[in-house]
Amino acid sequence: MAELVAVIASTHHPFYHRASTATGADRPPFADEWVAKIERFRATLTAAAPDVLVMVGSDHFHQLWLDNMPQFLVGKAPFFDANWHNEEREFGLPRMTLRGEEELAAHILRDGLDRDFDLAFSNELRIDHSITCPIITLRPEADLPIVPVYTNIFAPPMPQPKRFVQLGRALREMVESWDSDKRVAIIGTGHLSLELGGPRQFGETGPDPEFDRKAVEWIANGDIDGCLAEVSLESLHHPGNATHGFMDFMLMMGAAGAGAKADHVDTLDLFHTMEAYFTWYPQGDPR
Amino acid sequence: MSKYLLDKFLFTVDRDPELTERYRVDPAGLVGWWEAELANSLLNCTTAERTTWLSFTDEERRALREHDHVALFTLGAHPFLTLTLFIAMFERDHGPMEYQRAYGKAMEHVTMPYPDITT
Repeated sequence: MAELVAVIASTHHPFYHRASTATGADRPPFADEWVAKIERFRATLTAAAPDVLVMVGSDHFHQLWLDNMPQFLVGKAPFFDANWHNEEREFGLPRMTLRGEEELAAHILRDGLDRDFDLAFSNELRIDHSITCPIITLRPEADLPIVPVYTNIFAPPMPQPKRFVQLGRALREMVESWDSDKRVAIIGTGHLSLELGGPRQFGETGPDPEFDRKAVEWIANGDIDGCLAEVSLESLHHPGNATHGFMDFMLMMGAAGAGAKADHVDTLDLFHTMEAYFTWYPQGDPR
Repeated sequence: MSKYLLDKFLFTVDRDPELTERYRVDPAGLVGWWEAELANSLLNCTTAERTTWLSFTDEERRALREHDHVALFTLGAHPFLTLTLFIAMFERDHGPMEYQRAYGKAMEHVTMPYPDITT
């Protein structure tokens, strides 16, 4: 059976690419510290030596639209083109093409349906920065085949937070039941407190540092029960109007397992939002 | 209320560079043209398969024609779509992050709970 060698949860900050490659007067003062933290984070994936990446993210109204909106969707295709016009325009993200791992995608779709997750699928999916940001930070060679998994954290009505945890738990079981000798990492990205297009956007810190502090503690300690006791679809409006992206972190907590303490935890306070990086090693720390 | 149609406008104009520029320089003209030509186009289908019933309310049309992002927020347009499109149109006229901060400041009177964006 396939081996789950790493579970990684991260924020996906679209400004990282530009900040990390800027030079001279264009380079923001926080860039060097940010790059150093990302390089340490990247080393946690490199140490796990994965062959395949399951990438959990959320389409930001690029290909998935309100006339036909899936809650959870798996991409099954030999290739995935990536990044969109408005991400190039606003964030300077490069166009990319990633290979797909169709065999694992097919297994996840079949096994997921049989576990009562009615997963939608796409055979022609152009992925966006929720998946390319972690490729850029964690595997800039972009050389490993992926299985994209999209969740709806964006267009209400959305699934309940507990459903994200359940899907994460199931996704881990699906990977571990794949008849393959491949080494698989599951990487998912979301947000801590975040406001977009509202009065609290682009402040000196994220809109709710207290939520961020609690969230980092829940994730780092695998405190799924504590998190579920406080987080609901309604409560997530309060820390910031885009904070439902935190449910992708909850999905990754489900994949890491209840009570699983992260082997790598790091954060970075930026203007607008807090960055947070977590790695778990289900087979033990290879470093 | 036609939040869906507001979102459809923002979505289709944001993803097409030509429409983005037309909306920047001639908002009233672009909104009129869009409502006549594109509001009832069923995305991802042939042009023959049109929707028959979508139109803006007067207030929605006014907010779009006047680039009134605060009103769009109040009407329940998806804030990510509005922000992304407005950054594309107006960030270029400002210093780094200046436009984004002014955009938030213009909404500082808005209190929780925010308008429902469910479509």
